Amino acid sequence: MATTAIPHEPVARTEHQELPFIRKYIFATDHKIIGIQFLIMSLLFLFVGGLLAMMIRWQLGFPETPMPGGTVLPETMAPGGILLPEFYNSLVTMHGTLMVFFAIMPLLVGVFGNYLIPLKIGAPDMAFPRLNMWSFWIAVPAGILMLAGFFVEGGHAAAGWTAYAPLSAKGEFSGVFAGQQLWLLSLAVLGLSSILGATNYITTIVNLRAPGMTWFRLPLSIWSLFITAILVLLAIPILSGAAIMLFFDQTIGTHFFDPTAGGQPLLWQHLFWYFGHPEVYILILPAMGMVSDIIANGSRKPLFGYHSMIYALIAIAFLGWIVWGHHMFQSGMNPTLGMGFMVTTMLIAVPSAIKVFNWMGTMWRGNIRFHVPMLHAVSFVAMFVIGGLSGIFMASTPVDIYIHDTYFIVAHIHYVLFGGSLFALFGAITFWYPKMFGRMMNVFWGRVHWFLTFVFFNLTFFPMHNLGVGGHMRRLYDPSEYEFLQPLAGTNRFITVSALLLFTVQIIFALNFVISLFKGKRAPENPWDDNGLEWTVPSPPPHGNFVTTPTVYRPPYEFSSPLVEEDHLPQDRDLGQKTDPASAPGTG
Amino acid sequence: MAHAAFMESPRDRELGAGVYNEKLGIWVFLGSEVMFFTALIGSYIILRFANPGAFAAPGEVLNIGLTAVNTFLLICSSVTMVKAFAAVHDGDQRQLKLYLVATVLMGAAFVGVQIYEYAHLLHDGFGPGGIREGSHLAERAAAGELSLGTPDPATAGIYGSTFFTMTGFHGFHVTMGVICMTYVTIKAFRGKYSATDHRGVEVIGLYWHFVDLVWIILFTIVYLI
Repeated sequence: MATTAIPHEPVARTEHQELPFIRKYIFATDHKIIGIQFLIMSLLFLFVGGLLAMMIRWQLGFPETPMPGGTVLPETMAPGGILLPEFYNSLVTMHGTLMVFFAIMPLLVGVFGNYLIPLKIGAPDMAFPRLNMWSFWIAVPAGILMLAGFFVEGGHAAAGWTAYAPLSAKGEFSGVFAGQQLWLLSLAVLGLSSILGATNYITTIVNLRAPGMTWFRLPLSIWSLFITAILVLLAIPILSGAAIMLFFDQTIGTHFFDPTAGGQPLLWQHLFWYFGHPEVYILILPAMGMVSDIIANGSRKPLFGYHSMIYALIAIAFLGWIVWGHHMFQSGMNPTLGMGFMVTTMLIAVPSAIKVFNWMGTMWRGNIRFHVPMLHAVSFVAMFVIGGLSGIFMASTPVDIYIHDTYFIVAHIHYVLFGGSLFALFGAITFWYPKMFGRMMNVFWGRVHWFLTFVFFNLTFFPMHNLGVGGHMRRLYDPSEYEFLQPLAGTNRFITVSALLLFTVQIIFALNFVISLFKGKRAPENPWDDNGLEWTVPSPPPHGNFVTTPTVYRPPYEFSSPLVEEDHLPQDRDLGQKTDPASAPGTG
Repeated sequence: MAHAAFMESPRDRELGAGVYNEKLGIWVFLGSEVMFFTALIGSYIILRFANPGAFAAPGEVLNIGLTAVNTFLLICSSVTMVKAFAAVHDGDQRQLKLYLVATVLMGAAFVGVQIYEYAHLLHDGFGPGGIREGSHLAERAAAGELSLGTPDPATAGIYGSTFFTMTGFHGFHVTMGVICMTYVTIKAFRGKYSATDHRGVEVIGLYWHFVDLVWIILFTIVYLI
């Protein structure tokens, strides 16, 4: 078949298009509006997910004590303010589900994928703007389906966010019917949204880069989103397929995961984690990319080891496909196979360490500006190291026998997902907020929020390692019922108080976010003296982004260049006759 | 290649992949589809090896003759799809419309035959839950006419589960293809495609060939072995 390449001239939109409100802000095709729509949706889910976590913590810290305000919940959830065990199971399940699928993943991929990709590569919009609109408006019903589960008879899904069969396969096993079905349906629908989004991102990054924006001049944030999009594209359909099979088991009487009729419960675990491990990297790679952008900016130095950063991202993404068995060490796996998974898992430490040392190398002797995004980005690096190291413990099969399914794994996941991804997201939101909304966030309250979050985060999650080593299982309803957990009751109460404070100080962020929208200082084009193309257009950028297509002359991290007076050298500045040794990719 | 082009002429916007967005996009999307069917087919392989006795010998439950005709129909529709693309590439509007209509009709016929097959199987007692008790098939199984390795037809549940899920999702993809193809055909009748711009025809064609390819795999592993 002959390749018929039809040149797509980007239209330079100079005239301001006046669209009706509904087309501009509701059914919008502008990638920036869609990014902000995802931001609002996922921050709401982040709040709901956090609220569920507070309820879990209350139960663990103060079992058999009525929860403050708990009486507003109906009898089927918390009679007299005391959470029922069944409802507690739903809380654990839904906290994980909402945070992973409806908060962190859309925040990273939906918000910043949409907002940053066209702006940073110099494109007027995504390759398929209308498809982009659909990917948001498919995610919304998925969210509604997921929340609807709380209001159906039998309660919401309660088989854990991993929905292990056979518990999840038949309503008779768990007493949950419609809740689990809605959960599966919602994930299948959300999967479609993610796949459409990933198709769009990949096509856009491959095809619509501005002239001169070569692969090795792309900012790390775009590289990481590109690799993440590939992971989303290939991993999500596995979950969709598995979710549909489980849904059929519940609704039309198939037997995929039902051992009484030839089904294989372990098959669910394999399918889930074959998706689930790439998913883990979907949840961290974009964070790494954006942190790289912020740390280079905050250090006023070119990113150390730009090329190795990219190869490390690729290595992590590749290894992510062959480690899924480490979630199943205790599922009756052949020890030889377990050792294979152990080795591949530990190999991931190599590219991860490359990244950590590169971030430190970037900061080394830099002229560091500790602006709020930088504080969050540096916290990301530190917390990611702790989370990464505890990961090594669990990857070692002999150690894992003792600590699997305990609070040790809960501590680990929160160090990488909260300490990692969410700190990176706070950094990214504060960094790109001026571009998104045209206003600056308050610096003082930003610092206060960062400091308190950092402190209470560690006070909440670090002691969980101790709980885990002490044998506190991760989905336990009432620790006071076990003799051996009595000495840990104080730790549990301490964690609960810290967690409540951690949740409370997020009010500072919420208020800073909302008040700055109206009262914040007007943001200039380039408030952080950055080099990316998005800082060459007004804040917020107009529909169509660039008046004329920019031309890119150099890599994105030319800070403190000797060629110019200022300490930053934007990617699109034409230095004319001046020799530009820095334009060779990867200097730094 | 992509960045070599940029370095030579940095001021010329060229598409990085050298192909237009819709074509690149559909290839990327098909990558995702491959993984989706991999999940279904991979599960089938595992479940079949785990339950060798649950699967009847080829032709005992499923009608190979009927499905072979259906497979032939789908392959023919891929041929007409290629002819439609060749026609629009040469600017032959009459042939484009002719072949697109033929493709839509054959695709719809495929779905029709599949619905007929499902109705027949369900009537005989073969459903997503396996062989229904007291049905015609259950009687045949009890009489030893089916080469099920197990005397209890209940454990044959996995046979029905995999069969209906895999062929059902393929049928769903064909249906989606027919709907999109109808849209393309209507556009063709309105003269929206020309020898220089016929992206819609090429994109739906790529999807169509993919769905056809999946069917050839499914026909082989579900019906023939």
